[in-house]
Amino acid sequence: MVLLNSSLLSPSPGLVIWQLIVFGILVFILRKFAWKPIIDGLKEREGEIEGALRMAEETRAEMAKLKSDNDRLIAEARKERDEIIKEAKEASNRMIAEAKEGAQTQSTKILEDARATISHERDVMLAQVKKDVAGLSLEIAEKVLRKELSDKAAQQSYVDTLVADAKLN
Amino acid sequence: MFRNFSCLVFSALFFVGSVSPALASGEGHGEEEEFDIAGMIMHHIGDDHGYEITHGVKVPLPVILYSKEDGLQIFSSSKIDDGQVYNGYKSEHGHIVKVNEDGSVNESIHPLDLSITRNVATMLLSATLLVLIFTAVAKGYSTNKGKAPKGIQSLLEPIIVFLRDDVVKPAIGHNYGKYFPYLLTLFFFILINNILGLFPAGPNLTGNIAVTMVLAVITFLIVNISANKYYWKHVFMPDTPVWMYVIMIPVELVGVIMKPMSLMIRLFANITAGHIIMLSLYGLIFIFKSHLIGGAVGGFALFMSLIELLVAFVQALIFTLLTSMYIGSAVEDHH
Repeated sequence: MVLLNSSLLSPSPGLVIWQLIVFGILVFILRKFAWKPIIDGLKEREGEIEGALRMAEETRAEMAKLKSDNDRLIAEARKERDEIIKEAKEASNRMIAEAKEGAQTQSTKILEDARATISHERDVMLAQVKKDVAGLSLEIAEKVLRKELSDKAAQQSYVDTLVADAKLN
Repeated sequence: MFRNFSCLVFSALFFVGSVSPALASGEGHGEEEEFDIAGMIMHHIGDDHGYEITHGVKVPLPVILYSKEDGLQIFSSSKIDDGQVYNGYKSEHGHIVKVNEDGSVNESIHPLDLSITRNVATMLLSATLLVLIFTAVAKGYSTNKGKAPKGIQSLLEPIIVFLRDDVVKPAIGHNYGKYFPYLLTLFFFILINNILGLFPAGPNLTGNIAVTMVLAVITFLIVNISANKYYWKHVFMPDTPVWMYVIMIPVELVGVIMKPMSLMIRLFANITAGHIIMLSLYGLIFIFKSHLIGGAVGGFALFMSLIELLVAFVQALIFTLLTSMYIGSAVEDHH
């Protein structure tokens, strides 16, 4: 009852007026100098965070794509390398084989040539030797004959022996 | 839980009320001045010219009066302390009246009291504090741009974000931005004054019906000015048979008035009740003058103070939430 009888429930006009003025000015000042920068700042920060998150997501997707591209490139490069190595090996093998074959034929030919030359030289030499031996023999025979024919008595005796032998036969 | 405890306190008060006169009459021989608990409480939760911090220490505040006869009168409240008459004015229970030469009250002159009373001084103080605090917070957004919030900014930002995302946005919808500055001011004004009231010698500003009335009237005006045609259709052409309009329209109109009325009374009653409980508890100490009671009451008063701290936040939130919901129901689109 004390409560209801008192001035507690009857608003005093002075306080109402002051409250209107002070609260009105407070709303105005805070709206302009506090709430606007705060709300804008919050919104901006939230936008930045959202943008950063979205960019991170995009970057991640891009990274994944790059990685798969890289993997593909590496695989391709590896394949190519293997092919090149294989080709090079084949080429070198072929070259070695060819070189070997060439060397073989060359050496064979050289040997044959040498052999042909040697046999030709021998033939020429032999012919020369034969000719020389024949000349020498003739010369010796001529000298012997000349000497033998100069002694008549000896000739006669020899012929007699030969005739004697011929009779026996 | 709060209600249970307040019941307990009130029953304790009734008990004290019935016992204390017996005690007083039993031992008192008029030697000591009897402790007037009701007067003390009423003095504290009401308004006053000058700010009495403790008994005998009173900070004078300007008294501003206006009447047709005397014009504008400005003088210190210390001039009219203890029933003194100054320039023909004196204070009767905190109410300033004009007195005649012979000392009787002049009933024909009713000066308009625009004094900086205790509550007005508190209001100015809290408004200054709010401006200082929130301009400091706002500065944080330009100095810590692109960085994490720091200091007072990080203390208050979660509350602002909570109000925006969990109170205002769900209640009003996408068009909340127009009302958000008012709602933020409302919340922090009520909160800071609730908390200031919890300090020793703290004033009972948000438990003053004039203050809650102004807040409720502003809410009423915002709701009804921004209301769209669906809101008014709901009031004047509800979806009921036409013969029901006789009942429905008055009921809806009462509803329009009752929404701000409930806001006004809820905040006023909660905060005033809190002050009354705390002061009654402290009053018990002076009534019983016993160490035992003093200790017990001290412990319980500490507990109640914590409850009151919770109430300070809850009432600020409820006022803001309900205001948002009323605005939301007024601007809601019905597609």
